[in-house]
Amino acid sequence: MWHAFLALGRSLLDSLRDLAPIIIVIAFFQLAVLQQPIPDLAGLLGGTLLVALGLTFFIYGLDMGLFPIGESMAQAFAQKGSVFWLLVFAFTLGFSTTIAEPALIAVADEAAEIAAEGGMIETGNESMERYAFGLRLTVALSVGLAIVIGVLRILKGWPIHYLIIGGYLGIVIMTGFAPETIIGIAYDSGGVTTSTITVPLVTALGVGLASSIRGRNPMVDGFGLIAFASLTPMIFVMAYGMII
Amino acid sequence: MEWLSGFADTLWSTLDDVLPIALVIFGFQLFVLRRPVPNLRRVLTGFFYVLLGLTLFLQGLEQALFPLGRLMAEQLTNPAFILEGARQLTAAVHWSEYYWVFIFAFAIGFSTTVAEPSLIAVAIKAHKVSGGAIGVWGLRIAVAIGVAFGIALGAWRIVTGYPLQYFIISGYVFVIIQTYFAPRMIVPLAYDSGGVTTSTVTVPLVAALGLGLAESVPGRSPLLDGFGLIAFASLFPIISVMAYAQISEFRARHGVRDK
Repeated sequence: MWHAFLALGRSLLDSLRDLAPIIIVIAFFQLAVLQQPIPDLAGLLGGTLLVALGLTFFIYGLDMGLFPIGESMAQAFAQKGSVFWLLVFAFTLGFSTTIAEPALIAVADEAAEIAAEGGMIETGNESMERYAFGLRLTVALSVGLAIVIGVLRILKGWPIHYLIIGGYLGIVIMTGFAPETIIGIAYDSGGVTTSTITVPLVTALGVGLASSIRGRNPMVDGFGLIAFASLTPMIFVMAYGMII
Repeated sequence: MEWLSGFADTLWSTLDDVLPIALVIFGFQLFVLRRPVPNLRRVLTGFFYVLLGLTLFLQGLEQALFPLGRLMAEQLTNPAFILEGARQLTAAVHWSEYYWVFIFAFAIGFSTTVAEPSLIAVAIKAHKVSGGAIGVWGLRIAVAIGVAFGIALGAWRIVTGYPLQYFIISGYVFVIIQTYFAPRMIVPLAYDSGGVTTSTVTVPLVAALGLGLAESVPGRSPLLDGFGLIAFASLFPIISVMAYAQISEFRARHGVRDK
């Protein structure tokens, strides 16, 4: 019991150290640059403690829950030997975690506003909602597809850079044809798709797969799934902008 | 009381985030793999900790750091603050008058990335998988420097108004060239680090900064020019992580050792 508390205290200190830079930056700009007092010091300290506590629990849970389940499922799929079901799983995981992502919902709503203002769709709640939902669906499909391609790459042992460079070329070409207003949203959409829960799970899945297939190196083949998940949305969103 | 309802809201939205993932995992485990989850109790406890941890984390950010950070981004990009430095009201303010904005962009990019939970997760995994060759802190600092540069450059782009695609496309060309010189082992991890950097902590603050800048700089539209910072923040870590590996390899080859 005493040990557990000691360990908790130590990881709490680690988390506080992780947060120290943000606090220093905010305090410096508030006091030295903007020359204003810190409005609610007690609230700030209390909030920081909550953040540190949260980070500590998150990392505990990561080691107990997310990492082991990702790896054990990867091994189970490798033993089962059904590529079809593995790919279905990969797609479902990518799609379902993205469609409800709050950051994506926010971006899609903003995108609909831009499209309405630019005269690309009718202004009106219904058409804007339809546009935003279409965009979310597009991004979620593209992330599902990305995980499928990424898993296939691990199975086949394809070198990652050819695929990624190919993807970049695709983006460069699409940029030339896509409407100006969608480009910023498309570029940003790559970054917002992968949430804090998806990242550890998908990473554990990739590393687990690469470790359980003979001839694959977990370092060279296991990583890279996230990279695909942030690349394909850019292409798909530009395509969406061109079609609508 | 207000605090409690805020907590309930955050818990609810985190649950929204976790639920689809849990459904997919346990669905496939039961109906496709048809085997019990190993250490089910431990895994469920882990999920509970993740849920609780993220809720506390987001709640704390929303209560303390985000309001102040957003306010700061607004104040720093406010023309009144910038013009005080310029001392006179000319029609066009030179971009160099925005220096505090760029310094803030760099600092906030760096510090939020260091605290980003998904980056911590990937760094822990990479450390284990590489057998200790990749340090947890080394990777996190490398990514944070990349994000800091990316956001500072992205802020500069909003102020000067150059088209986003020129920057991003040149960045890609640079990444492609660098890939051929980087150690093969780091390449997938470097590509990944682009996507993991921008999540819970970074995005809200960076979005506020972009929006504030696009609103206050004359001739920029918040709707069109506010975007793009996240793209910068996901591109530059790829470069900095590969550079980190290149530097480590160079040092190892030339026998330079840490004390």
